[in-house]
Amino acid sequence: MKIEGQIRIPSGCAIAAVISKDGKRFSGEMITNAMKPMHDRSNGLGGGFASYGIYPDYQEFYALHLFFDERATRKNCEVFLKERFEIVKSEIIPTRKIPAITDEPIIWRYFVAPLKSMLASMQLDEKEFVAQTVMKINTEMKGAYVFSSGKNMGTFKAVGFPEDVSRFYQLEEYEGYSWTAHGRYPTNTPGWWGGAHPFTLLDYSIVHNGEISSYDANRRFIEMFGYKCSLQTDTEVVTYILDYLIRVQGLTLQEAASVIAAPFWSTIEGKTSAEERQKLLYLRTIFSSLLITGPFSIILGFEDGLMALNDRLKLRSMVIGEKDDKVFIASEEAAIRAMAPDAENIWAPAGGEAVIISIKDGAY
Amino acid sequence: MKSIKVTHMNHQTLNDQLRQVEGDCILEGCCGQRFIAAGMSERAITINGIPGNALGAYLNGAVITVNANAQDAVGDTMNEGKIIVHGNIGDAAGYAMRGGKIYIKGNAGYRAGIHMKAYKEKIPLMIIGGSAGSFLGEYQAGGIIIVLGLLTQNKRIVGNFPCTGMHGGKMFLRGECLDINFPRQVTAKLADDNDRDELKTYLDEYCLLFGYDLEEILNAPFTVVIPDSKNPYQQMYVAN
Repeated sequence: MKIEGQIRIPSGCAIAAVISKDGKRFSGEMITNAMKPMHDRSNGLGGGFASYGIYPDYQEFYALHLFFDERATRKNCEVFLKERFEIVKSEIIPTRKIPAITDEPIIWRYFVAPLKSMLASMQLDEKEFVAQTVMKINTEMKGAYVFSSGKNMGTFKAVGFPEDVSRFYQLEEYEGYSWTAHGRYPTNTPGWWGGAHPFTLLDYSIVHNGEISSYDANRRFIEMFGYKCSLQTDTEVVTYILDYLIRVQGLTLQEAASVIAAPFWSTIEGKTSAEERQKLLYLRTIFSSLLITGPFSIILGFEDGLMALNDRLKLRSMVIGEKDDKVFIASEEAAIRAMAPDAENIWAPAGGEAVIISIKDGAY
Repeated sequence: MKSIKVTHMNHQTLNDQLRQVEGDCILEGCCGQRFIAAGMSERAITINGIPGNALGAYLNGAVITVNANAQDAVGDTMNEGKIIVHGNIGDAAGYAMRGGKIYIKGNAGYRAGIHMKAYKEKIPLMIIGGSAGSFLGEYQAGGIIIVLGLLTQNKRIVGNFPCTGMHGGKMFLRGECLDINFPRQVTAKLADDNDRDELKTYLDEYCLLFGYDLEEILNAPFTVVIPDSKNPYQQMYVAN
């Protein structure tokens, strides 16, 4: 079976997200409902969810979710993990046997803390160490994939329709304050488990509807900084770009958005504030290789919020609404209505307009 | 009037049931079903809830009323009939429509009226009561697009890059539009008496439907945009 990278798959897709600005936790049922009216946007070859706040008892530890092709791979990988981390808990991720989801790999999670001695000898901070470990496993350990590596958050993905993926992973049992979801429509080849969204690194997760024309240019640039695009799906590079811009380079979310969806030169020229003009010019010049072209609507999940962003031409749809403490984002208004029939202030952000939703300080 | 509860119904079943009903019909509890009333003619359909993408695609004479917002690609390639939206409308409304009317009370998303066309007596019309997103009338080849900007004050009533690739048809924008950049191949000028008489004929029904006072709407300058020639791109690459 050929996987993406061997054959190119342009995708259609559906995305959705919901977050409580008060940091209140709620089950995965709501986000699952959002995906039902958008069923036809996917074709059953990929679905997934990211949730923040689901592991409060282990919030000090990195939660690694892994796919293994066989038992021996898991055993080998565990030996490797033990050399680098203190593993405080390891378990099979509970799943439900349903006819809609088949051929699942071995799916485990590990709550880990990097060994202090390793950090000292490698002279790395914790996050960089974890990120490098994820890259190492995904590129060097055949048959093992880390598909989630943040703290107090987790990604759940599979080959199937998103609502079935939710039932498979029993997401109604989890409670998080922020959820994102994706339904995939690869059209040329079979999808595979690692190619489903969200794509995550540390606590950054990306769901994406669209197709990134600049993938290879972006990939070549980002791989100079230690990232390895091993899942060979265009969306993966977006996660690494944002991790690089925000965590490594220290850009704000808004600045990162102005890099990947940089305004047109003419739009920058038309800015009335000289300071803003200069800043946009600077970002577009310095990070020109990280401009993402082609259609996209993405939702970035992170520890204390969400960011929604369209490509600057707005070649994909995205709608935002709210109700009480919750903010909803989806490819279609129908998805928002499925979560909250009486949602208010429904609007569609412009192309390249980043919408950032933050949880109130300390509320989660 | 017959009413169908369509909650959780898939779009195929919905359209099948709709076809079986003779005469006018109300759809209750709609939530995202696509292609509603595709190709239908000679009847009135009212939709409560949110219709999905490509509402009234290839519409051939039916009159659709939406009491909420509508999503993307409303009236895709429609030929005849009317789509009345009491809320906002998503992206690419009236995509390649070749006849009929789309009346929107609220705002339109990106690319409203993309590649609208016209032929002889078939002159499609789209009226947007609020504002329109970027790329309004992209590749417009015919027909009439009107943006009234009634819901926005002191804000541009269309986004960036309107009329990109426009080579036919006409656009009326309420206001002087001094803050809007039009591409080189179109001419934007203030509407004269002839233009305003023409405009009146389009707005009559719209005002009646949404309860606006026609005189009040007309009590403002309008900008008319038309392409400079029928084939402005003829010499884009080579002189021939």
